Amino acid sequence: MSTSITAPAGRPAPSRGSSTSQTEAPRPITGKSISVGRRVRNTTATVLVGLAVLVAAVPLAFVLVYVVSKGGGVFNLAFLTESIPISSRRAGPGMGPAVAGTLLITGAATLMAVPLGILAAVYLNEYGQANRLAAAIRFLSDVMAGVPSIVMGLFIYTVWVLRFGMSGFAGALALACLMLPIVIRSTEGVLRLVPRDLREASTALGARTSRTILTVVIPAALPGITSGCLLAVARAAGETAPLLFTIGTVRALNPNLFEGTNTALSAQIFVNAQLPFVAAQNRAWGAALTLILLVLLLTIIARIISARFTVR
Amino acid sequence: MSDTQTTLLNTPNTAPEVRNPAELPADAGEPVFEVSDLDFFYGSFRALRDVNLGIGRRRVTALIGPSGCGKSTFLRCLNRMNDLIPGTRVDGRIAYHGQDLYGQGVDPIEVRRQIGMVFQKPNPFPKSIYDNVAFGPKVNGLKPKSMDDLVEESLRRAALWDEVKDKLKQSAFSLSGGQQQRLCIARAIAVRPDVILMDEPCSALDPIATIRIEELMVELKQDYTIVIVTHNMQQAARVSDVTAFFTAEVDDAGHRTGVLVEADATSALFTSPKDQRTDDYITGRFG
Ligand SMILES: Nc1ncnc2c1ncn2[C@@H]1O[C@H](COP(=O)(O)OP(=O)(O)OP(=O)(O)O)[C@@H](O)[C@H]1O
Ligand SMILES: [Mg+2]
Repeated sequence: MSTSITAPAGRPAPSRGSSTSQTEAPRPITGKSISVGRRVRNTTATVLVGLAVLVAAVPLAFVLVYVVSKGGGVFNLAFLTESIPISSRRAGPGMGPAVAGTLLITGAATLMAVPLGILAAVYLNEYGQANRLAAAIRFLSDVMAGVPSIVMGLFIYTVWVLRFGMSGFAGALALACLMLPIVIRSTEGVLRLVPRDLREASTALGARTSRTILTVVIPAALPGITSGCLLAVARAAGETAPLLFTIGTVRALNPNLFEGTNTALSAQIFVNAQLPFVAAQNRAWGAALTLILLVLLLTIIARIISARFTVR
Repeated sequence: MSDTQTTLLNTPNTAPEVRNPAELPADAGEPVFEVSDLDFFYGSFRALRDVNLGIGRRRVTALIGPSGCGKSTFLRCLNRMNDLIPGTRVDGRIAYHGQDLYGQGVDPIEVRRQIGMVFQKPNPFPKSIYDNVAFGPKVNGLKPKSMDDLVEESLRRAALWDEVKDKLKQSAFSLSGGQQQRLCIARAIAVRPDVILMDEPCSALDPIATIRIEELMVELKQDYTIVIVTHNMQQAARVSDVTAFFTAEVDDAGHRTGVLVEADATSALFTSPKDQRTDDYITGRFG
């Protein structure tokens, strides 16, 4: 009777040794039972992986420390808001027009690329699936993601700037072209992760595909979509090459994106770093620090949003 | 008995040769579904062959059979869920209250509104408990006098109200697996369907949650027609009025195709099966 309780049929007793195993001392489960060879291999692997992490992190840390030490001297609130001195030789703030330009141009690019990219991704994942058009779009967006940003700038230069002249909007177009493939591929990846269960549950309740996408799939994927889009924004905010042909690099603030040349932080870094004046070079470092902080801010926002809206 | 069978199978506009007529008990009731000569294909793979079955109103019909014999496939034919899978094809006829379910002009959305489904794995939306239940009515444009009342009533019917009434705004994922499954049932009930299809609704649940859902089914059949797939023969015996036994036949080329072996009143099928394969299966000599 008692044996039938203590020895359930589904779980055979460990077959180590003979029937006397009941009185045998339990095998140790402490680290000493691990062989020397295995411990050596373990330590070596740990050290190697640690070194690799260090090697990867050092340049990053170096860039960060260097930019902060060089740009920290000029960075303050006035630097963010004051206009750029007429004379590059003169020390002092600021980079206001460039900060405004970066925010406006990147914002406009985001307004164009994000809705378009999300719609394209919804088409690819929800409607297109394996059809030829979807395959073609996927292929093209991969190619587009690989196009160097300077080529994208040249492209907008020929199709837009030659006809309508330089403007903040032309720069936004170039940045949007760079962002679009990133938004498409990251959003499509996130949409693919939404479980089929959820779509089926919604469909089984009588929801149309469009309704299912809007009320179930996109809300479920929102954290991932948001962080993907913000990464694309961060990438665009730092681009220089496509802006040089499209917005020009003026000093004055130009809040009108559709008329006249404009400026941005990245463009100002490019220009000022080449000037022979220490004051201008310092402003370039300050602009670099501003840009890094801006991207950092966006990344943190992306993290918070993904954490906040993930329902578990 | 043969009378019932004839009315169930000789549907208008079709005169298919009934090769494998399903045995149905005299009390099968007024038919909701009349399936005749149903073949189902995933691409070129034939998953079901010649299924003939009537499903009675306000009855629990259980589908049993070994894994891979096409029970889920059959169930998903009944509310056109298989439409979502590209490359699938239906041959034969499924009449729903006399109308061809796959006929021209039939709106699969309307079909699924009337024929609800509960899945094997609880699949609540990542929304609050309240929003889960309210989702169906909202999507279907139902305008109840009070959505709160509809939510409460649906949760009550699913025997979940008492457990969640104080946390309706909390995420559905905060519920246990059994509670989530009852939430899914409440969600299906909220659109006031005519039929509820359940694909192994208890397979992820413990015995107590299982019993609760079984009790629920017995109660729901006062108002709903229920079709349930189950691997648990005791469960089929406990809850169902009619049981249909499917199996997979292997042809010369080695293709496995699901067929309906027999369908009968549950008590009759379990005590005196007419087919040897049914007998083997329910006595555990198969699968
Ligand atoms: N989406 C699909 N595409 C192709 N073949 C499928 C698909 N779904 C199911 N099948 C095949 O159809 C057959 C029947 O599958 P089905 O899921 O209906 O079986 P089942 O009786 O529900 O099995 P189980 O009891 O394991 O759930 C199986 O051979 C399966 O491989
Ligand atoms: Mg199944």
